[in-house]
Amino acid sequence: MVGFNLLVVVALAYVVLLFLVAFWGDKQARLGKGGWLRSPVVYTLSLSIYCTAWTFYGAVGYAARSGLEFVTIYLGPTLVMVGWWWILRKLVRIGRAQRITSIADLISSRYGKSTALGVIVTLLAVIGTTPYIALQLQSVVLSFDVFAGHATVDGGQAANPKATAFWIAVGLAAFTVLFGTRNLDANERHHGVVTAIALEAVVKLVALLAVGVFVVWGVGGGPGEIARTIETSDIAVWDMQAGRWVTMIFLSAAAFLTLPRMFQVLVVENVDETQLATASWAFPLYMFAMSLFVIPIAAVGLSTLPAGSNPDLYVLTVPLHFEQGGLAMLTFLGGFSSATSMVIVASIALSTMVSNHIVMPIWLSARSGGAAMSGDVRRLVLIARRFSIMAVLGLGWLYYSLSGGGAALASIGLISFAGVAQVLPAMVGGLYWRGATRVGAAMGLILGFAIWAYALFLPSFGEAGIISSRVLAEGPFGIGWLRPQAFFGITGIDPVVHAIFWSMTANTLAFIIGSILSFPRPVERLQGAQFVNVFEHSARTQGWTQGEVESEDLLVMAQRIMGAREAQELFQEETARQGREGYLPETTPDFLRTLERELSGAVGAATAHAMVSQIVGGASVSVEDLMAVADETQQILEYSNQLEAKSEELTRTMRQLSEANDKLTVLSIQKDAFLSQISHELRTPMTSIRAFSEILKEGELGEGKTREYSGVIQEEAIRLTRLLDDLLDLSVLEAGQVTLNVETGNLGNVIDRAVRAGASGSDGRVIAIRRVKSREDLTIETDTGRLAQVFINLIANARKYCDAAAPELTIDVTDDGDAIEIDFIDNGGGIPPASQSVIFEKFSRLSDQQKAGGAGLGLAICREIMDKLGGSIAYLPGQGGAAFRVTLPR
Amino acid sequence: MDKQILLIEDEPNIIEAISFILKRDGWQVSTHANGETALDAVRRVAPDVLVLDVMLPGRSGYEILQDLRADPETASIPVLMLTARGQKKDRETADRLGATRFMTKPFSNAEVLSALREITGAG
Repeated sequence: MVGFNLLVVVALAYVVLLFLVAFWGDKQARLGKGGWLRSPVVYTLSLSIYCTAWTFYGAVGYAARSGLEFVTIYLGPTLVMVGWWWILRKLVRIGRAQRITSIADLISSRYGKSTALGVIVTLLAVIGTTPYIALQLQSVVLSFDVFAGHATVDGGQAANPKATAFWIAVGLAAFTVLFGTRNLDANERHHGVVTAIALEAVVKLVALLAVGVFVVWGVGGGPGEIARTIETSDIAVWDMQAGRWVTMIFLSAAAFLTLPRMFQVLVVENVDETQLATASWAFPLYMFAMSLFVIPIAAVGLSTLPAGSNPDLYVLTVPLHFEQGGLAMLTFLGGFSSATSMVIVASIALSTMVSNHIVMPIWLSARSGGAAMSGDVRRLVLIARRFSIMAVLGLGWLYYSLSGGGAALASIGLISFAGVAQVLPAMVGGLYWRGATRVGAAMGLILGFAIWAYALFLPSFGEAGIISSRVLAEGPFGIGWLRPQAFFGITGIDPVVHAIFWSMTANTLAFIIGSILSFPRPVERLQGAQFVNVFEHSARTQGWTQGEVESEDLLVMAQRIMGAREAQELFQEETARQGREGYLPETTPDFLRTLERELSGAVGAATAHAMVSQIVGGASVSVEDLMAVADETQQILEYSNQLEAKSEELTRTMRQLSEANDKLTVLSIQKDAFLSQISHELRTPMTSIRAFSEILKEGELGEGKTREYSGVIQEEAIRLTRLLDDLLDLSVLEAGQVTLNVETGNLGNVIDRAVRAGASGSDGRVIAIRRVKSREDLTIETDTGRLAQVFINLIANARKYCDAAAPELTIDVTDDGDAIEIDFIDNGGGIPPASQSVIFEKFSRLSDQQKAGGAGLGLAICREIMDKLGGSIAYLPGQGGAAFRVTLPR
Repeated sequence: MDKQILLIEDEPNIIEAISFILKRDGWQVSTHANGETALDAVRRVAPDVLVLDVMLPGRSGYEILQDLRADPETASIPVLMLTARGQKKDRETADRLGATRFMTKPFSNAEVLSALREITGAG
């Protein structure tokens, strides 16, 4: 037998070794030499904290009690690992993208940074994990006892197990505080701890395999013999209950994802997503190796050890029974490794959650300043972590002390699993369903947790515990359908299956219903999208080492923001300070801080931080970063938008003013010219009328002169009247007050009318009209009177101004489908090009007064009329004589 | 009296009216209706007084007046300007260019006659 004192020495030596390994691992990582730390092998080995003392010792006990069912505990995680592409990959990607520090942080973060959810998950994790920590302490105590000889085959207690457990807890707390809170990494990674755990993983596997080999070949007489031993033992007769198997596989898979310690190693400690691919086959292989000899050990234990000895300790007692001291020592270390590694990682994970979700929020809200962060927060967080670690281990020890360590190890493990598995619906739902809300998650968690506590956790304290046997048998207050292990009166189901079924069902339903009925806040929506669509948002995560930092990229970016000269100066100064040449310094944290500060002067602190972190190691930018960037950008944009709007407004106002001024000037000139013209047009006939009327009044004229002068007066009076008519007509047309008398008519008839009125006049001049009447036979819908007025004007103009010896006007009609064109072309000399542009202006009389006999308003009126009729009138150059085209829409 | 007067005006009816009252008053009346050739007419006729319309085809009365005053041969000829555009600035322009008298149409025949007598000193 190995002496107890030797055992203590070996255990202590092993602990010292762990300290050294952890210390060394930390140092390697800090020096940047920890490339091997990123290897998938270390990652896979760190996952082995899934295999705790419960699996190390308990699996054999489980097999001895329930046969092959213990395999389900390995099958669940195997399924998760094999299917890593679907859930684990997403979890790890989100963990990186969102800088997730724990499972509580994941849930809180997904549901809009909900403080309440963080607290709920933290409490759930603490309550679910505490018994498990107690279990680990118990296993170490029991194994000590076995060695010390105090423990007998009937599983009796050590003289002072609580003291042993206490000192173990203290030792573990010291280790965890030392390596778990050494520093506050942004990514919460603990290289030293992971290194030590990897070592422990190897130790426990080697120990279990060694016992297995010893049992099969040393005691059992080879595989064939062992098989026969198994056949004849009780193990073979245990039947497999399908319901329990399915439940256990589901439970272990759920726990694998939701256990705080598993989340810590799977997601938080993960340095490279690609490690998952290796772990997906390597870890199931590890678990296979761990379970390979479980049945043989159980069978041999059952057959060789006295009846009634504790099957949970077969791994240890079988070698001891066969006087294999060295092997037993190795086994003890294996079990010790299993227990300690679990406790260390679990307390790190829990302390992170407790300090981040309970201590810090309380401390921050207790301070009047609220979130006013200062330099001492870092220290405070570390202190909070350390106390949390001690508190978690203290709780575990307390639980162990109070529960007395009586329950079978395996059942505590399952209860614990079922507790933390309540996080599963909120977690998986949060990853794949954007509609999942905070309210739904909280409802599901609380309900599932309550049912778990009522139906499984509280009854586990035994009949003398919190729930009395009366309540178990008859239900609370005699309500039968609320019996903790037989809801709705359904009896005969295994209590664990019963509790898991009801808690998970209620949890999931409450989660879904709550999510559907509630409305997510904006930040929840945003986070939901970030989580569910994480692969669209973030690049594949890569490990970060300082060597990969692209100084040049930083320079390129800095040049864009600060200006080339300033950026180059900054970089050159830093390079010189580092004792190097050129423009590219080492990207030390100091330099990055300086750069960030310089950049923030230009783009704002959040943007600067986001930009630098984007380049440095490709660390992804968190939502908070992006939100801050958006805020800053928004402010800048708003400001520049305001400026731009102001400047646009000014420009617009100026343009409007300038246009108005131009218009006024033009109008003023036009008004002056118009008044001047009107004055002239009115005064000229008035002059004749006055002069001749004075002459006539004096008498003394012959009859001929009297008649002639009276004729002049009459003629001028008519001219005045016509002028006034035209002026009135034009002003009405220009003011748009004219009412059109639209009717259906024939174009030919309108032209007939115009020719009758315009082709000959009182002045005796006549013009010949040439028409193709067949082409004029078109039905038109317009104000035919106004149209005729235009035609008359054109015909009269031709008659008055055409200077040909035999004046002739051709009226030609073309119907092109869209419009009717009526051309008036005479055979005279036409209008000089310089004048063609002014003929439609008012008083633009080109030839001399006498011939015209009008005020020069005719074409202006024509243009107004055609405008009102929806058509147009234009001078048609290049036709020989004067040519006008009237266009009438169809 | 036998004073020679040149009437530069393009409106036939006004020419007729003014010619009639001037001839009846004993003036020798010549008429010219074109702005462009008006200066030649002035030199050819060498009138004692000139009646000048502002709005003429070809050339405005103001331009003709300016040239008249610039030429020593015609600078001293008294000019009565007639205009149908009775605005203030027209009168000012006429004064500045050296018009002897300025009248706005329509005018009374008596006014025209007395103005012409006055500026020619014909009593």
